[in-house]
Amino acid sequence: MRDVAVVGLGMTPFGELWQHSLRSLSVEAALEAMRDAGADMLDGVYLGNMAGGQFVGQEHLGPLLADHLGMRGVPVTRVESACASGGVALRSAFFEVASGASDLVLAMGVEKMNDGADATNVLATAADQETEAYHGITFPGLYAMIARAHMAEHGTTLEDLAAVSVKNHRHGARNPKAQFRQEVTLEQVMASSLVADPLRLLHCSPVSDGAAAVLLCPLDRAKEFTDRPVKIRASGMATSSMALAERRDPAFLDAVSLSGSRAYHMAGLGPADIDVAEVHDCFSIAEICVIEALCFAEQGKGGAAARTGETALGGRLPVNPSGGLKSKGHPVGATGIAQVIEIVEQLRGEAGERQVQDARIGLTQNMGGSGGSSVVHIFERV
Amino acid sequence: MPSPRYWREIPARFRLEAGRCTGCGTVSYPPRRVCPACRGQQFETVRLTPRGTVVTSTVIHVAPAEFQMEAPYAMALVETPEGARFMVQVADCDPDAVAPGMEVALEFRRIRREGKAGILCYGHKAVPVGSAG
Repeated sequence: MRDVAVVGLGMTPFGELWQHSLRSLSVEAALEAMRDAGADMLDGVYLGNMAGGQFVGQEHLGPLLADHLGMRGVPVTRVESACASGGVALRSAFFEVASGASDLVLAMGVEKMNDGADATNVLATAADQETEAYHGITFPGLYAMIARAHMAEHGTTLEDLAAVSVKNHRHGARNPKAQFRQEVTLEQVMASSLVADPLRLLHCSPVSDGAAAVLLCPLDRAKEFTDRPVKIRASGMATSSMALAERRDPAFLDAVSLSGSRAYHMAGLGPADIDVAEVHDCFSIAEICVIEALCFAEQGKGGAAARTGETALGGRLPVNPSGGLKSKGHPVGATGIAQVIEIVEQLRGEAGERQVQDARIGLTQNMGGSGGSSVVHIFERV
Repeated sequence: MPSPRYWREIPARFRLEAGRCTGCGTVSYPPRRVCPACRGQQFETVRLTPRGTVVTSTVIHVAPAEFQMEAPYAMALVETPEGARFMVQVADCDPDAVAPGMEVALEFRRIRREGKAGILCYGHKAVPVGSAG
């Protein structure tokens, strides 16, 4: 396989973007990534999108994007893995370039969630329809069950959960593209309205619109497009049971663990080598479980990491310097690519107020459903 | 949920029919074609004992449209004596009292109304052991 580099970044702001459509968001992000790299052609595109059909009644997004991007004829493959669609689109693009089949491939993601659809019901389609959604469970409900199991097994506290939100909002307040650019206090989080006990509104990522795109090319051509290429060191992906009930330990995200192990193995690196990480904090408990599954914290000790500042900017391992899904926003199909953009900006030294000093190696982790799919990528400044 | 889709699930939902792998003994509920533990494809049908223990739970405050009239309500993952685990609503109690370790009985109940015609859909809900069903 060839080495692959990220050479262009494009991202719309995340938020309730009433003036933008699914197609305009996609085109905006794609144009910006191509402009960033100075590229005027593409060999292919992988487009992550969870539910265009349900959110805005639009499927067949491949030709829609190619057409409106002025690129009729270019192959575009839509990729779906619920909230991990963006991360899996990157993985697909990475292997297409690594294989030698194509040189210039765009990996992108988009979701238009605010156009009148019932987001709770649409998101619940990433759960098991016959055994979970049928009985009235919601996505926050599934993660609330994970949280209660974690609290019962490991003594994780409500303060630990709230500390994740406080940290990510503090980071997101410094991100000009974040949906919620304000800090929140522990008291505000713990007094916000209950969504699914023990999870409250300020433990939950928002409903967002947005798109993000990264341009990949072989590392040996990267200098044609940028003087600050970032190499993709590894891609690891795994699946687990669809339904939460099938996991022996509901508080352990085994797909995250397996996808992380595969990525570490491919990169020849371990958790101690990572300087900065963007992980899937769709709910505060998710960040706690994910940093444990990726071995950034001991099993059962993830709750203390945010509370003690270990995972804050300036801490031992900054996690979600972008603000995470919680503060930056979570347009589900775009999230996995937006994570990559933050890590590449960090490794390029372009993260401004959020810059992690001397960041050389970064990791992204993107997850679908209640942890049924997970994809991890590792990046290195070259 | 269109009715053929509902009708297909009736043996599992109404009668708690599960599949026990004849190779390794793992009980799958609802039944599956392939055993997730050993990939065996031979099963015998077993009926689950209608009681179990709460593994983990939550109280839903923001509910899907079909369940809004019931909120707040408790949901739990329940494990039966056969080792099958599944998601159910916990009814007939203070939802905040439902917690891991609680013993529950499974009762046949109406689960939801669906579509414009308001088709009634049934299945099982859990109730705390000792509460009258």
